[in-house]
Amino acid sequence: MLALPADRLSLVSLLRYFPLPLLQPILSLIGTQVARSQPEIFLRLGPHAQKTFIIDPTDLPFVLLLKPRPDAPALSACRRAEAPPSHARIAGTFLNLFRLIDGSLDGDALFFSRDLRVTGDTEAVVALRNALDDIDGGLVQAVTGSFGPLSPIAAMTVSHFRSLGGRSSHER
Amino acid sequence: MNDARTELTLGPNLFNWAPDRWRDFYFRIADEAPVAAVYLGETICSKRAPLFDEHYEAVAERLRSAGKTVVHSTLGETASQIDRRLVGEVCQRVSELVEANDSSAAYHLRGRQHHIGPLMNVYNEETLRFLAAKGARNICLPAELPFASVGVLCAAAAAEGVTIELQVFGRQSLALSARCYHARAHGRTKDTCRFICDRDADGLTLTTLDGKPFLVVNGIQTLSYEYANLVQEVPALKAAGVARYRLSPHSCDMVQVASAFRDLLDEEIAPPEALARLEALQLGAPFANGFLHGQPGHRWTSAESLI
Amino acid sequence: MNDDLAFRRPELVCPAGTPASLRTAVDAGADAVYCGLQNATNARNFPGLNFSPDELQKSVAYAHARGAKVLLAVNTFPPAGRFRLWQDAIEVAAASAVDAIIVADMGVAAWASRNFPELRLHLSVQAGASSPEAIRFHCEEFGIKRVVLPRILTVAEIAAIHRQIPCEIEAFVFGNIGMMAEGRCSLTNYVTGISTNMDGVCSPAADVRFEEEADGALTSRLGPFVIDRYACGQSGGYPTICKGRYSCAAQAEPYYAFEEPRSLNLSALLPELMRAGVTALKIEGRQRSRAYVKQVVGAFRRAVDEIMAGKQASLANLIALTEGHKETQGAFRSKSWR
Repeated sequence: MLALPADRLSLVSLLRYFPLPLLQPILSLIGTQVARSQPEIFLRLGPHAQKTFIIDPTDLPFVLLLKPRPDAPALSACRRAEAPPSHARIAGTFLNLFRLIDGSLDGDALFFSRDLRVTGDTEAVVALRNALDDIDGGLVQAVTGSFGPLSPIAAMTVSHFRSLGGRSSHER
Repeated sequence: MNDARTELTLGPNLFNWAPDRWRDFYFRIADEAPVAAVYLGETICSKRAPLFDEHYEAVAERLRSAGKTVVHSTLGETASQIDRRLVGEVCQRVSELVEANDSSAAYHLRGRQHHIGPLMNVYNEETLRFLAAKGARNICLPAELPFASVGVLCAAAAAEGVTIELQVFGRQSLALSARCYHARAHGRTKDTCRFICDRDADGLTLTTLDGKPFLVVNGIQTLSYEYANLVQEVPALKAAGVARYRLSPHSCDMVQVASAFRDLLDEEIAPPEALARLEALQLGAPFANGFLHGQPGHRWTSAESLI
Repeated sequence: MNDDLAFRRPELVCPAGTPASLRTAVDAGADAVYCGLQNATNARNFPGLNFSPDELQKSVAYAHARGAKVLLAVNTFPPAGRFRLWQDAIEVAAASAVDAIIVADMGVAAWASRNFPELRLHLSVQAGASSPEAIRFHCEEFGIKRVVLPRILTVAEIAAIHRQIPCEIEAFVFGNIGMMAEGRCSLTNYVTGISTNMDGVCSPAADVRFEEEADGALTSRLGPFVIDRYACGQSGGYPTICKGRYSCAAQAEPYYAFEEPRSLNLSALLPELMRAGVTALKIEGRQRSRAYVKQVVGAFRRAVDEIMAGKQASLANLIALTEGHKETQGAFRSKSWR
């Protein structure tokens, strides 16, 4: 059992100060692992696999840049101010984005409540959402299972985020 | 097919005009408009139908005396007991032509000659052949069909001895509902409407939040703000085999509209002149022809883009 | 309460946009799952959604192994010249051993009943059959076994229809509420050039734009038209034309001319619907996520089981999943909705 820090948001806080150079290898690993284990994602994405998405956790100092190319999938982090041009941007708190990707919250529901903001190419975002939603157990589980010796740590981190999700339904 | 005889028709009046105005409109059509057939009858709201009862037979007789074929149109949507009774009554005119606008009417009309209206979904050859086998002799296509499909349907129709009709003028029906939007706009419901739709001879315009006129409501029906106008496409439609050209009634001078289209069909004038004559009517809303071009229906496109 | 239960156990018919959703629905207690292929042959032809023929086959095996049915929606209107795609869909359905196909177009129904007479046909809500005559027409001509009723009828009207038709009734109980008669709406095509009937798309995402303004207000557009605007923090909705806000001469302020953005929830009317002769309860939402499917299917599974056990159904709060965070009983409660 993971010993939860007194401040239940502290892992998110930790992410806030996490050095990007250290985050980058983890993100790259996630990108290649997902592409390898879930190739059907690219079929669902169709032409939208060639697009560039910015996933913007509004409570963190960086954004994620996703280029889901079947031949060279890329997931990277950059400072918000330095984000390159993209086709679409999906913005929300880190926890809401996490739960969306985890499959534990409904994207439309988040959107209706305006906890999720979509700008740019709406069709590409819909395709991405639908592609990710077709992963049994969710993308997060698929990723944590692929971390080899680090899997238990990844799983504990995930269960921590999930427990936050269970206690507060609307992080703004 | 080029030399096939083309006919102009006047579709059912979609709006709730005062009964005397309604009667006078049709009397003038009988006397002056070069249309071969006139569709009579309430297609939108069964509550309205009795308003025109007092003049209905006189109008039908005047049109027949003027040599025009009268076709009785049925409701676009049949749900309530009153709706069902009205559709049943119209379909009981067994010695006359009836146009089915939903499958309730198609149920009654099976086995005898009848027409199929544009509110029925005839999108393809299979549906056309099925309905032809049930007795359909004329089919008015849905407004949103692109030109390529119209051509395929004309060929299939010829093989079945069915004529194809297409609306070429007037606001286009875009949607039907069970809810009356006219009543809703005035804070009423369908049952308590007190016929408030009689205020808008061509429908009630809805404008977007940034001030752009967008749609028009007419009872349970939603129409385009633009007036469909297919003058530019008439030569291509004739070549494809469309036999009948439908004008949807509005408060503008429909005799002028009919004359412009008749002259165009007879090749006495070219599309630009027909267009100029329709523009002179000053309808207050733009023309549209997008659907036939496979484009957004609100758009106006030059005719050259037709394949 | 048991004495009133003059009904049989209804089938809970649940949506699936992807194979993972289908498994989620089956595991959450769906009696039947409906889905579509990845093309214009079904009315939820959205990017990234739906099933390949291979996925369909595997999904049918998964469902059948757990006692659930799979229904394939082939419920759009093939435009002349493109009918072959719909024939292919019916052939895929037959080869995949789906339990029924849901059709709307008369040509599609005629072709299916002629070429696959053993394939069970349901009449889609897209056929807009809202009277006993319209339903009987489809039953007699195509051998339709079940009709999905339009969401425009009161419970009393459903009961009356039930007594006059030779087929089963499926009725929507939860989800997006369509304001326009299904299968007869060209609003999307009028704005975008993509047809709901022919292409299977209502409000295509490619034409949707959200613009956030300096004051935090959010404007939603479909093509060139503004559909709605939400003040900062106000619940929003997807820009569908029939849920937009407009002005007209009869209203002082912009208003929801057709309907406010809200969802249908008939969970409180379940016993009445079952008593009216509804034998299949349909949940809308093939375009929604697994999270939605799991929550809604689970809630309705419990409710139906409780009603069948003669208990009061305890209804989980599903409002967070509804559009605009508002729900309605639509036309079903009374005619004043019209």
